[in-house]
Amino acid sequence: MRAASTFFYRRPYWYLALLLVPPLLWFGTVYLGSLFALLWQSFYRIDDFTAQVVREPTLETYKQLVTQPANIDIVLRTLFMAIAVTIACAVIALPIATYMARYASGRMKALFYVGVMLPMWTSYLVKVYAWRLLLAKEGIIAWVCAKLGLLGLLETALEAPGIGGPSLSSSYIGMFLVFVYMWLPFMILPMAAALERVPGSLIQASADLGARPSQTFRNVVLPLAVPGIAAGSVFTFSLTLGDFIIPSVVGAPGYFIGMMVYVQQGTAGNVPLAAAFSVVPIVLIFIYLSIARRFGAFDAL
Amino acid sequence: MTSAIEFRGVSRVFGDVRAVDDVSFSIDPGEFFAMLGPSGSGKTTSLRLVAGFDLPDAGQVMLDGADVSAVPPFERNVNTVFQDYALFPHMTVLENVAYGPRVRGVDAGTRAQRAREMLDLVQLGAQGERRPAQLSGGQRQRVALARALINQPKVLLLDEPLGALDLKLREEMQIELKGLQRRLGITFVYVTHDQGEALSMADRVAVFNKGRIEQLAAPRELYARPRTAFVAKFVGSANVADADLADKLVAGAQPFAIRAENIAVLADSAPLAADSVAAPGAVVAVQFHGAASRWQVKLDAGEVWSALVTEEDARKLNGLAVGARVRLAWPRNAAVPLSSESSGS
Repeated sequence: MRAASTFFYRRPYWYLALLLVPPLLWFGTVYLGSLFALLWQSFYRIDDFTAQVVREPTLETYKQLVTQPANIDIVLRTLFMAIAVTIACAVIALPIATYMARYASGRMKALFYVGVMLPMWTSYLVKVYAWRLLLAKEGIIAWVCAKLGLLGLLETALEAPGIGGPSLSSSYIGMFLVFVYMWLPFMILPMAAALERVPGSLIQASADLGARPSQTFRNVVLPLAVPGIAAGSVFTFSLTLGDFIIPSVVGAPGYFIGMMVYVQQGTAGNVPLAAAFSVVPIVLIFIYLSIARRFGAFDAL
Repeated sequence: MTSAIEFRGVSRVFGDVRAVDDVSFSIDPGEFFAMLGPSGSGKTTSLRLVAGFDLPDAGQVMLDGADVSAVPPFERNVNTVFQDYALFPHMTVLENVAYGPRVRGVDAGTRAQRAREMLDLVQLGAQGERRPAQLSGGQRQRVALARALINQPKVLLLDEPLGALDLKLREEMQIELKGLQRRLGITFVYVTHDQGEALSMADRVAVFNKGRIEQLAAPRELYARPRTAFVAKFVGSANVADADLADKLVAGAQPFAIRAENIAVLADSAPLAADSVAAPGAVVAVQFHGAASRWQVKLDAGEVWSALVTEEDARKLNGLAVGARVRLAWPRNAAVPLSSESSGS
């Protein structure tokens, strides 16, 4: 044992190799390997007549993806939902994360962290179905609106073209609410972590130099929180792009990317199209990250 | 003449700690004022009360004759150099310095020009485009100074500004800060726990202890005539005889302080000069400091006192080592009587 310790102490690269090779083998083969195997499928196509996968490299499936209006609709619908959910999460998370990182201390802080994470410890499906009940036409949200005399407001919102529907639980508004609820912790936690790293003296220095609180927030706090917001938004954005359960349980009947992947590789048996659809979020996130980088989101890292 | 800063019975309480306890003083315009004390003595809280980062629970803070007790920092005409410099990491050096004019609505061209002038003033004219992280500690310190001075404040607050620098740089910066203060003629309030720094730079020094000012005086006065045991120990680390010890050493004497350089170490048999007092003891340690050495002697009466012995005198004590019996002797008139109202710590 001692001899082995000495051996590795004198040969740090061997030590590093010992540490890294097992996880890298796992990561490289099982994790990335299966991902690439899946992506490779997208370069095959399905024979319309026999419904068999034709194992010859082709861009036929991608052509189908980008030319059929129904498919484009699905991509755009998912993209808009992901953008809306990300913005809403960022707006709601910022004051909460600011409070958690800058003002709360001791017990209050622990309470907030547990409160933010608690929903993540319960079953995802339970939460989605619970939300369907909350959002139903006879559900508690409609009931509260009725009691407060806000039913008119709710109905006006539901009459909105494109995003409305007969009830919250069968409209895109309802789906949006569930998405925001589900992914909010993924925005709050990285944002709070980023804000927590901003020294209090920077905020005092800004005030000292004559900046009103709103100016301090805009010029000092926000720029330093941006890496956290960027990290959180990658979570909310990619989780929304890939999810298939929420759109199938809550909301209007239109398809989302995740559902399309699920349906195509399952009942429809069109694995190449499912694979092509699963490439879409990857591409969108790369585009998103490069835009974020262009705007300097990672400069402070 | 209106005081630049005045505290009128100011208190600031955190829980059951009276961080600042009914403190009153005033600072003249153009004065270099030091707040000296150990950590937790209330000096930094007092500075924060001037800056507005903290508001008093009782009493009034006056700036230039106006009561600012409830005025937020962004509406006070004072600026601060922070202990950790608090430079904005996402801005260049020039943007950092131009921040004050920027949030006050000065147009981009004017503020960039003024920021460049300020950087020239602190000899960092060529570093404007760099980020704070790319600068050395001393350079960051100068950027913090330039950023605080660009708004032309009536009062500049410095919170242990040299604490993070090494000794040589610290001494250079002390001279530079003092020169800058004379040139600009603005009031400096300088918080430090380093008595050497306070004595060498300030016009007047307020010695803080337990939320109160123990003594407020010019450096020489403070050094020559400490009023309390705490001040005597903290400023120049004098030997202090409390009521008990004073009585043992000189029958009927009040508490007094005596500086190490005023004490001579005598071999047990050596004659005592006229009008001097001597106390027997044993040598505990001898620390060599170059021109002089510090002898720690455990008095038979209890305390360990120290005496500063020049190399010339040390030669006369040839052969005396740790454990040797000696006498500490000092002229009667070198003893500084202390007020008994504060026991010090």
